[in-house]
Amino acid sequence: MSAFRTASGGRVDRARRLRFTFDGRAWEGLAGDTLASALLANGVHLVGRSFKYHRPRGILTAGAEEPNALVTVRRDAARETPNLKATQVELYDGLVAESQNRWPSLGFDVGRVNDLLSPLFPAGFYYKTFMWPRSAWARLYEPVIRRAAGLGRAPEAPDPDRYAQRHAHCDVLVVGAGPAGIAAARAAADAGACVILCDEQSEPGGALLDGAPAQIDGLAAGDWLARAVAALAADPKVRMLARTTAFGYFPHNHLGLVERCTDHIAAPAADSVRERLWQVRAREVVLAAGAIEQPLVFPGNDRPGVMLAGAARSYLKRYGVRAGTRAVLVTATDAAYQAALDLHAAGVAIAAIADLRPAAAGVWVEAARRAGIEVLAGAAIGGTRGGRRVSGVTISGRTIACDLVLMSGGYAPSVHLFSQSRGRLTWSDSMRCFVPSQSAERERSAGACRGVYGLAAALADGAAAGLAAARACGFTGIERGYAVAGESATHQAPGATPPAVADRGKAFVDFQNDVTIRDLVLAAQEGFRSIEHVKRYTTVGMATDQGKTSNLNALGLVAARLGKPVPDVGHTTFRMPYTPVTFGALAGAARGELFDPVRTTPMHEVAVARGAVFEDVGQWKRARYFPRAGEDMHAAVARECLAVRNACGVFDASTLGKIAVVGPDAAEFLNRLYVNDFAGLGVGRCRYGVLLREDGFVYDDGVIARLAADRFHVTTTTGGAARVLAMMEDYRQTEWPGLAVWLTSTTEQWAVIAVQGPLARRVIEPLAAGIDLAPSALPHMAVAHGRIAGAPAMLFRVSFTGELGYEINVPAARGVAVWEAVCAAGRAHGITPYGTETMHVLRAEKGYIIVGQETDGTAVPDDVGLAWAIGRKKPDFVGKRSIERAGIRRAGRKQLVGLRTRDPKIVLEEGAQLADRPGIPAPMKPVGHVTSSYASAVLGHSIALAMIAGGRARIGQTLFVRVPGGDVEAKVTIPVFYDPEGARLHA
Amino acid sequence: MLLIPCPYCGERPEIEFSYSGQAHLVRPPRPAELSDEAWSEYLYVRDNPRGRHAERWRHLRGCGRFFNAIRDTTTDRIAVTYRMGEPPP
Amino acid sequence: MPEPVEAPRLLPPATRFILQCGKDARDAAGRGFGLALPEAACRAESAGGRAALWLGPDERLLLAPAGLEDVLAGELEAALGGLPHSLVDVSHRQAALAVAGPAARELLSHGCPLDLDDAVFPVGMCTRTVLGRAEVVLWRSRPEEYHLETGRSFASYVLGWLREAEQGG
Repeated sequence: MSAFRTASGGRVDRARRLRFTFDGRAWEGLAGDTLASALLANGVHLVGRSFKYHRPRGILTAGAEEPNALVTVRRDAARETPNLKATQVELYDGLVAESQNRWPSLGFDVGRVNDLLSPLFPAGFYYKTFMWPRSAWARLYEPVIRRAAGLGRAPEAPDPDRYAQRHAHCDVLVVGAGPAGIAAARAAADAGACVILCDEQSEPGGALLDGAPAQIDGLAAGDWLARAVAALAADPKVRMLARTTAFGYFPHNHLGLVERCTDHIAAPAADSVRERLWQVRAREVVLAAGAIEQPLVFPGNDRPGVMLAGAARSYLKRYGVRAGTRAVLVTATDAAYQAALDLHAAGVAIAAIADLRPAAAGVWVEAARRAGIEVLAGAAIGGTRGGRRVSGVTISGRTIACDLVLMSGGYAPSVHLFSQSRGRLTWSDSMRCFVPSQSAERERSAGACRGVYGLAAALADGAAAGLAAARACGFTGIERGYAVAGESATHQAPGATPPAVADRGKAFVDFQNDVTIRDLVLAAQEGFRSIEHVKRYTTVGMATDQGKTSNLNALGLVAARLGKPVPDVGHTTFRMPYTPVTFGALAGAARGELFDPVRTTPMHEVAVARGAVFEDVGQWKRARYFPRAGEDMHAAVARECLAVRNACGVFDASTLGKIAVVGPDAAEFLNRLYVNDFAGLGVGRCRYGVLLREDGFVYDDGVIARLAADRFHVTTTTGGAARVLAMMEDYRQTEWPGLAVWLTSTTEQWAVIAVQGPLARRVIEPLAAGIDLAPSALPHMAVAHGRIAGAPAMLFRVSFTGELGYEINVPAARGVAVWEAVCAAGRAHGITPYGTETMHVLRAEKGYIIVGQETDGTAVPDDVGLAWAIGRKKPDFVGKRSIERAGIRRAGRKQLVGLRTRDPKIVLEEGAQLADRPGIPAPMKPVGHVTSSYASAVLGHSIALAMIAGGRARIGQTLFVRVPGGDVEAKVTIPVFYDPEGARLHA
Repeated sequence: MLLIPCPYCGERPEIEFSYSGQAHLVRPPRPAELSDEAWSEYLYVRDNPRGRHAERWRHLRGCGRFFNAIRDTTTDRIAVTYRMGEPPP
Repeated sequence: MPEPVEAPRLLPPATRFILQCGKDARDAAGRGFGLALPEAACRAESAGGRAALWLGPDERLLLAPAGLEDVLAGELEAALGGLPHSLVDVSHRQAALAVAGPAARELLSHGCPLDLDDAVFPVGMCTRTVLGRAEVVLWRSRPEEYHLETGRSFASYVLGWLREAEQGG
């Protein structure tokens, strides 16, 4: 065992030795170690290079606030986690860790040159330097800066681990299982509340894990802790979550917790859950998040071997590790003396205690002196010496040799979650830190996170908070106290002192982002007054540690510089997450096939079997085309188009939105909504309906059939199904609650099989029972009920192709059988399945618009040639007043027209811009744009639809379509290319 | 995620709801009689208060009903919810 | 986590109607259906293979064994007479799944944001809500059994999602 490991004590298991490697070198640690404690036990202090200057960095803290010791832990090529804090990585046998941000090695890092060049990198350096040319950002500046100023790298292989999520509800959520949290959970549970107690560490106990000399209720603190934890664990009303960080506090007591399930295990079982995201909704929340020791700011305060005093004490008492052999304590508070005394007792030479307070005195100073430690009151700290490890510290002009510098600027309450909950903070002059004042949520803070320090006080505060929380939930509990003995009366920790101002050397305020005093001073000099601006300019507090060890010092410094009291400068916003959260935890099961629901139609498998190529339309998979051997999309679509034009095609239209509008006032309801006249639509007839928003712009379209006097079958676009129903419900419930009409989505009830083409009737006729297909009985835009291939069916005679067409609606589960029956019946007629791409070509040949393709949310009906649909006699409908506004009636609006390229083979790009003469240099103001463009097999040339300013008046003119390398000449035409008389529809 | 008391179903998480903007806007019964300016006012102009705001929500993935809520825009606290057609409390 | 007694599974087809109407029509429909339609929010009534679920103040989901579309429509329309209402066959619109066993509640808590505690979500409660990224009707049909209804095209997602959740302990 190494010289730095104590012979006994702490919570490590000396019988269980664990092997691990750091940067390829093998070391040994103990069960119970963190990577940081194991490295320190081996005398390793240099663990990383800093972000900007690549300075050697060591271990500053013993917890989640660590800004320096970021490492990558690697299990295999896909399991490589960067930017973990060595202070939180639990050691397991075989752990492989690597330092970051160094090249070629940690000991010799080329990037170190940045430190020597640091006068070139003041605050705002990037903003000032990398300004021009703008194009250089993407190509040069950003890639180079990112490579040089990096954190660890993410693995490139897909994450093979499983992540789970849970919703949980409780009466009282207690965040933090230190003495205050445990007392709070106990009190709430005793009162009858259902409790969740979470803590980010591997075991509950908080500060008690660092060993407290006190007794609680007659037991040694450690024994009391073990009993208290066991009792909570055995309580069915209490759920205890270890290794679980409450990272976000969202409105209405909704908190995000992430539980790390396997990262501490040497060989996790295959398929086990790596992390679990808990979404907790708590009636009451008790925050018992503790406090974070703050560094002092002096030159060279970032050298490996410079450590927070409380952290050194934690390494000693919890992990049995002496962080050095000869230490100097630099402190501005009493609180750090305990660390020096404990280290002294464990055999670490304390060369001196440099107390920055001019009149350092009291029991702690006396205790130190009694122990034979030199206490220098009113000391001034000049800086540290050393290379990759501190070798000395200059106090009041005198250099003291040491290999460990302990520092303490006092404690800052961990108010992150409280502040995230929008609670109001107040500045405490006596403690020189922010403490919670007014809660915004049903929440209360307890213990050190609200500035209540000391074991007895924390237990009492926690118990009171837990009981109050339970009472707020309606439980009645009785107060109980804890008898604490042996706690030193003055063991309270005042907050951070103002930082020392250093004139020489680098005195770091933000270790992770490499922000020094000088950067802050410069920001103040350059006129930054708001702390939020200073933060963005200098990047102080913006690293992944969220400024846990830097914000308070930065604030004190800026306030001093501006000559303002700290509360007048204010504080920056505390944002979630408290510590970084993996994407895996946030995604949970939502990956791969479960990323989003994949919706398929009733006939999907048939299309798969026919070799269809699918496209995503929202969540739907739709068959795009059905290629035969050797066919590309172009060939397949051309063949499918010709089949529909010349014989018959079959198409799966099941994704069309469908809404049953039923009730005595159904016709009146649709009449008020749609532009068309629906009052006059006869039973058994269909009408193409256009739906506007109240602002007059086209929102959706579809065929609407009247099935009975009080029953309509409304179809919508595939993408519009949900929003049209929502809009209808809005008007029904809000504007016209007096109408007796109800809406039911039937999209998924029906399989819709479109049979289109001149031979469509011949295909369907033998399958139909109880339906007369004669044109006189079932003309275009009519609907009939009966049976098709034995299935109960609604048969619509409608067409989106311009051909004689039918849409067979049968209950979804009958879809496959009917589809196959149609195909069998159509075989003799050359029936051909076609997909959405063919459907798009066919409808474009006819000039039928697609809402969202020809329209863009700014088109009124007349713009897209749909003015004919408007019921002229209707006094009102949704959007009517808007399309009568003067601005909408103005000439020169974009109108739907057709385009024919001079070269019939050129298929224009959709979205291409149009100009009225060639060769206009960019940027030009286009006269319009192409909305749809295809090669038309039946016509033998390309076709396009376009929206063009004053387009209908330009028919016959030539326009120029901007394409890469020039302009394409195209003639403006009417937007109907095929069968403009519509004779085929009515066949 | 807010916890919203649906007047029909009780408290439910925000994910079940959709937001529908300012409440108590009434569609003019005879829009044709309005000037362009008055119509634009109805269409586009909305309150943007700091504090108490009467707004519409719909319990989309619940009972499907639209209802009104008084929410404080600075704290997200919902003082009360009430059914469509009921006067603001 | 204890294993659910049964794996989440798809239930066989059923006859389903959405009835939307006012109180009078609802009372009449209940007589035709042979089961009083629930008036209390988020409650389901079931007996004799039929069930009526409250989905909204005016909206009930009626469930019966498969193949009864025409029979049930006839019975209900006859009972409703001239009272204003909307009765729509949605038998094929939806698919049903069952999640049963002592761990059923915990399994659902992986993706359902509702508090499923007995005090909040007792037997006989039903509601539309979300599970993962899908909308579902969640009906606690027995102490340890939940009946889920989801859109036909969401069923495979919901089933896959439940199976993944089972793995996710």
